Amino acid sequence: MTMDSIAMTRQALDGDKMIVNMGPSHPTTHGTLRIVLELEGETITKATPEIGYLHRGVEKLGESLSYQQFIPLTDRLNYTSSILNNVGYTVAVEKLMDVKIPRRAELIRVMVSELARIGDHIICVGINAVDIGAFTAFLYLFKQRETIYDLFEMAAGQRLHTSFTRIGGLFRDIPEGFVPLAERFLVECEAAIDELERLLTHNPIWHDRTKGVGAITAEEAINWGYTGPCLRAAGVPQDLRKAQPYLGYETYEFDVPVGTTGDVFDRYLVRVEEMRQSLRIIRQVLDRLEPGPIIVDDPKVALPPKEKVYTRMESLIHHFKLIMHGMEMPVGEVYSATEAANGELGFYIVSDGGKNPYRIRVRPPCLPIFSSFDTQVKGCLIADAVAVLGAMNIIAGELDR
Amino acid sequence: MVIEQIDAQMPGVIADRHAFRGDQTIVVPKAEFLAVVDLLHREGFQFLVDITAVDWPEREVDGKPVRFDVVYHWLNLASQERLRLKVAVADGEAMPSLVSRFKTADWFEREVFDLFGIPFEGHPDLRRLLLWDDFPGHALRKDFPLDGGDPFCMEGCTSPYNNGSRG
Repeated sequence: MTMDSIAMTRQALDGDKMIVNMGPSHPTTHGTLRIVLELEGETITKATPEIGYLHRGVEKLGESLSYQQFIPLTDRLNYTSSILNNVGYTVAVEKLMDVKIPRRAELIRVMVSELARIGDHIICVGINAVDIGAFTAFLYLFKQRETIYDLFEMAAGQRLHTSFTRIGGLFRDIPEGFVPLAERFLVECEAAIDELERLLTHNPIWHDRTKGVGAITAEEAINWGYTGPCLRAAGVPQDLRKAQPYLGYETYEFDVPVGTTGDVFDRYLVRVEEMRQSLRIIRQVLDRLEPGPIIVDDPKVALPPKEKVYTRMESLIHHFKLIMHGMEMPVGEVYSATEAANGELGFYIVSDGGKNPYRIRVRPPCLPIFSSFDTQVKGCLIADAVAVLGAMNIIAGELDR
Repeated sequence: MVIEQIDAQMPGVIADRHAFRGDQTIVVPKAEFLAVVDLLHREGFQFLVDITAVDWPEREVDGKPVRFDVVYHWLNLASQERLRLKVAVADGEAMPSLVSRFKTADWFEREVFDLFGIPFEGHPDLRRLLLWDDFPGHALRKDFPLDGGDPFCMEGCTSPYNNGSRG
């Protein structure tokens, strides 16, 4: 076979189409994910996402770790809002064990969850704008994100991988100085969101780039398994904090923003409004915060305080039993879903009564959303694919687990 | 409650049921699975939340080995009712695919195929999702070692892109 005939076959096979690899290390792919684009000129005819570059086998690892030891792995799911994963996981285990956590722990969990949600939305909206070419908005918001991480550092000692929750409550109480900084954050963040809106919401270039891009109907969105801001942007008012409340969310006053067309612009508007609603929730938490225990007073679930371990016989035994033999788990299976920043984060835990879960399944919110990528960008331009990818808020750690 | 509806319209179809911590679970035989899904869809369970599987390597029912539970989670958006539906299959036995009804089943089924090796009949593009095409074994099976077996678990792999046919 001569070179010529090979070249002919290639052309006959491919036509005028051009194959472009986006990723695995493209700056707009938000972690390591790869999309194989088939292009005709500038128009996308087919997009094949290749995922798994960040697959670490979290579910497999969970089967050989105790229930407490799994918490640090949840940090690494959606690493832009680790605390939401911590909370989601511990809520699931508490459902399995039927444990009721103290009121202060509940309030602090709600507060840090909402902070993490704001942080996640800041990344999503900010990076989406950067990808499209509006760099400034990102910088204004990143100052606020820095404050959120300062707050996390005060509370958990870590900025990103917080591991803040424990089964039955929290790892420790929020320190002095946390509440004043949070109060200041509420004021400054509100102003920063206003600034963001002045930069983007009525910006004609932003409109041109986002309106009508990635539009989806409510039926389609449900059929694809969309959850979270992407589903709400399509017009379905499904928010687990309202629909199936946990951690006492039913007692807070907040609204669920809903879009109409489901395009990138509506997703942006929904996220911006959700940030404001989260600020409202944090304000209510700060008003209700009272001193009290932050973890259940049950030696079969929670580790006793360190000073008691060193001075009291029973506490030492409880400590030893919990560390060496783990908690007494009932036999059964639960599915618990919480509203993470991207949508429904579900944990399906099967327990055979042992120290480790028999099977632990993470239902990531962005996997079903990302599976619709091909239909979302078919017929669009490459630049639109970048906008859609940003608005879906794909986090590879959660996608690949 | 949807379980009463299933009992009324398809008596005897539910092989097993239990409720634990407010989670409703039903087990249906594979032969009736699609009919039950149709019924669920009519009753408003239009949101397929999740598909996964659980491996029970030693399990036997009536002397026959049934190794896997394929687990489906459904949500009714109108009533916010959740339902877990389980189907037991043997090793190598195929499940009917739901892709034609629920697009979200596409990647979930590929993931179950990838990590458990359960094939889905009627899936338009049943490839591995997370691991590479010639990965040896199925990682979430209980007999798959945690460390991947040996440091040369790549042994036997031909090329990472299957001679260019991938994508």
